Amino acid sequence: MDPLAAIKVTFFQECEEQLAELEGGLLAMEGGDHDPEIVNAVFRAVHSIKGGAGAFSLEELVRFSHVFETALDLIRSGDIPADQETLKLLLRSADVLADHVRAARDGGSVDEGRSSAMAEALEALASGMGGGGEADTGDGFSDFVFNPVAIDLSDTAAAPDASIEDLLARVTGEVAAADADEGAEGDVTWHIRFYPQVGLYQKANESGLLLRELARLGRIDVRLDVSGLPNLQNMNPEDAYLGWSVELTGPAIEEAAVRDVFEWVDGDCYLDIVRADAASAQTLATSIDAVGEVDVMALIRAAQAAEVPGAAMVPPSSGSAPAGAPARAEPAKAKEAALDAKAQAAAREASPQTIRVDLERVDRLIDLVGELVINQAMLTQRVAECGLQRASSVAMGLDDLEQLTREIQDSVMAIRAQPVKSVFQRFPRLVREIAAMTGKEVRLIMEGEGTEVDKTVIERLSDPLTHMIRNAIDHGLETPEEREAAGKPREGVVKLAALHRSGRIVIEISDDGRGINRPRVKQIAVDKGLISPETNLSDDEIDNLIFMAGFSTAATVSDISGRGVGMDVVRRSIQSLGGRINISSRPGQGSTFTLSLPLTLAVLDGMVVTVAGQTLVAPLTAIIESLQPKAADVRNLGPNAQVIAIRDTHVPLIDIGRSLGYRTVTPPPTEGVALLVEGEGGSRAALMVDAIQGQRQVVIKSLEANYRPVPGIAAATILGDGRVALILDIDAVMVPKPHEGLGAAPASTGGGYDLSAAPTSLAKVG
Amino acid sequence: MTKTILTVDDSRTMRDMLHLALTEAGFRVVQAVDGLDGLEALDAAQADVIITDINMPRLDGFGFIEGVRKNDRHRATPILVLTTESDTTKKQRARDAGATGWIVKPFNPEKLIDAIRRVAA
Repeated sequence: MDPLAAIKVTFFQECEEQLAELEGGLLAMEGGDHDPEIVNAVFRAVHSIKGGAGAFSLEELVRFSHVFETALDLIRSGDIPADQETLKLLLRSADVLADHVRAARDGGSVDEGRSSAMAEALEALASGMGGGGEADTGDGFSDFVFNPVAIDLSDTAAAPDASIEDLLARVTGEVAAADADEGAEGDVTWHIRFYPQVGLYQKANESGLLLRELARLGRIDVRLDVSGLPNLQNMNPEDAYLGWSVELTGPAIEEAAVRDVFEWVDGDCYLDIVRADAASAQTLATSIDAVGEVDVMALIRAAQAAEVPGAAMVPPSSGSAPAGAPARAEPAKAKEAALDAKAQAAAREASPQTIRVDLERVDRLIDLVGELVINQAMLTQRVAECGLQRASSVAMGLDDLEQLTREIQDSVMAIRAQPVKSVFQRFPRLVREIAAMTGKEVRLIMEGEGTEVDKTVIERLSDPLTHMIRNAIDHGLETPEEREAAGKPREGVVKLAALHRSGRIVIEISDDGRGINRPRVKQIAVDKGLISPETNLSDDEIDNLIFMAGFSTAATVSDISGRGVGMDVVRRSIQSLGGRINISSRPGQGSTFTLSLPLTLAVLDGMVVTVAGQTLVAPLTAIIESLQPKAADVRNLGPNAQVIAIRDTHVPLIDIGRSLGYRTVTPPPTEGVALLVEGEGGSRAALMVDAIQGQRQVVIKSLEANYRPVPGIAAATILGDGRVALILDIDAVMVPKPHEGLGAAPASTGGGYDLSAAPTSLAKVG
Repeated sequence: MTKTILTVDDSRTMRDMLHLALTEAGFRVVQAVDGLDGLEALDAAQADVIITDINMPRLDGFGFIEGVRKNDRHRATPILVLTTESDTTKKQRARDAGATGWIVKPFNPEKLIDAIRRVAA
């Protein structure tokens, strides 16, 4: 990738980080935190975005961030108080800034009206401080125009007692003459006198390099003035004694260009820039020689002693001893002490060391560790098969190896683990926007933002969570008036909490709204033909109806919740992550969705089973229970369809051996084991297997990456004995979606698709 | 001999842009992420020129410059600050702290190299 394009990508990544800092800081300030470092961080975040935006010429972004930065600078300096009103404005501005960033990144557009309104509000805030903003608060001389004046002192040699007043009078006269010279074309000659002061060298500027810069503007003729050099014993090598007179000639050289060369050393030197044309060049040359006899160095030292900036421009009446020098030492020492204290304090709060690593490398590492785990398991198995004693040194060594491998795996998984904060942090803004759109008052509480989840899981959490939060506000919470009438506080609460529980990640989204309207939900399910009217359902079961495919309570497609995106899609997303979702609700009090997710997608809790001599793995999260079918419970519905009665309902009985093409004749169910599984939308089936081998955590290997997608199979793994086991895609093997109970649904066919292309064994690949 | 430039900036974007422009011009670049990091990197870097931002966490540009000037080996190392166009106060404050000169953001690579040429042979 073109390096500049790569940096642009980095820039937008950094912008996201800065936006998060910005919002976090503003929220902290809103919450009452007065730490000045937070205000600084907030300022820096916007400042950074502006800087990079400028580098990439992103004008809209630059303009808005500039206005924002200006206001923040005034808050940082204390000129504007950060009261609640102001903070609300800043938070909204942060949202607009985020819009600008994303528009710049994705090529979209920003709500112009909102952006201008926000910019105006920010400007009003800033200018309320009486001429605030990034004003040029410097020396106040910016309005002055200095005309170079040729000082013709050629008469001084003849009249040594001439007073300063006389000289100045003559100079004034010369100004008029000089004015007449302006507008001359062709070659221009500048006479430059340059006498550095010690400060210039202390700041690491170099006269030679400055003269070299001048030489780039035209032809130069340089004369060195060593008159200020004391003899060797009195000389301080770090002091400034030398001066230069330079004649610079070239076509159309502007004074600004000459001054520009010295822009950094302005104030650290005596600088005289005088324009001359060919005619007076000769006179001036003589003047310079005359001036050379004036003790310029004494003048400069006097100026230094007087510590008046720019004093060197005005010739003082006499040189006086540099009495000011010792006085300078004191302030320097005090500054030193202050700097040390500051640096120490900063070091104390130093943040923990982090490094940035390519995600590819981490993924590769995790892959390798997965292989390590498999190999270690295989080794253990082989050794066991050799019949070695459990207590032998080899067996014990292997135990240690297993322990270590497990620890390595945990550590490596932890590398990719990120706090859910990265997903959660977009929600405060989302909640603000939806609350505004629905006219509801909402407070968002987030807990457990530091809970760590594997990166692969985190990225896919965002959409389902967003949808549920939208639902909670749009459907769950009542309007402020309704809440008041119900004796609740006007402000509704949505709570988002993340925690680790028994080896899984649990995320809860709860609201204190109206809860699930059960009669209505049941009616809708009946209306949509999802359940039969006579079906008896518990409260919990009614609540879970909302997850069924095709269910949606929105009478009109609400702008907020999106078109037809129902809870069934959410559930499918969660299930594809290997997770489960549940709802519990109390009418009038609110609802809580509970998501349970595996810690990582790379590893699966599975039940190892055998079917027709093949070893398969079924994801444990999909399995509800396993049972031994009794003949009396099994009914035939047709030539190829069977159902089994489980408590009050019947579910299809599916011979996976046939589904996957391992066999054509189904053995009697009573000889095998039935696994009751639940697929998407809550539909259930019983999968027939020959035997259960046990439960095991297996490392997932992608079939698509190493071979190709196979219907009915989600992935593969390698067992301890080195054999490949295929991991079942539960939803796929369940075939046409059966419905709970004997509703209007067609029976399943229990065996169905042509998998003759599927391999029945797989050698280890990749 | 290849010159070394120490760049100090908390923005990764800025660091990358400086790195690109400077390495293409033939310089060797050492990076630091804020003023404290810069002071720590100072001796090992053996920089011929230092370029630093002003607004940084932990230790800002001014503090960093003062720290550099107190280091004997770097009393005469040119330091250029990255600053925005109109901020005269900051420029003056940087110079008071000991900065040699400044580069205006956003910079183009030619201006950057020009500035460096002004302070390094």
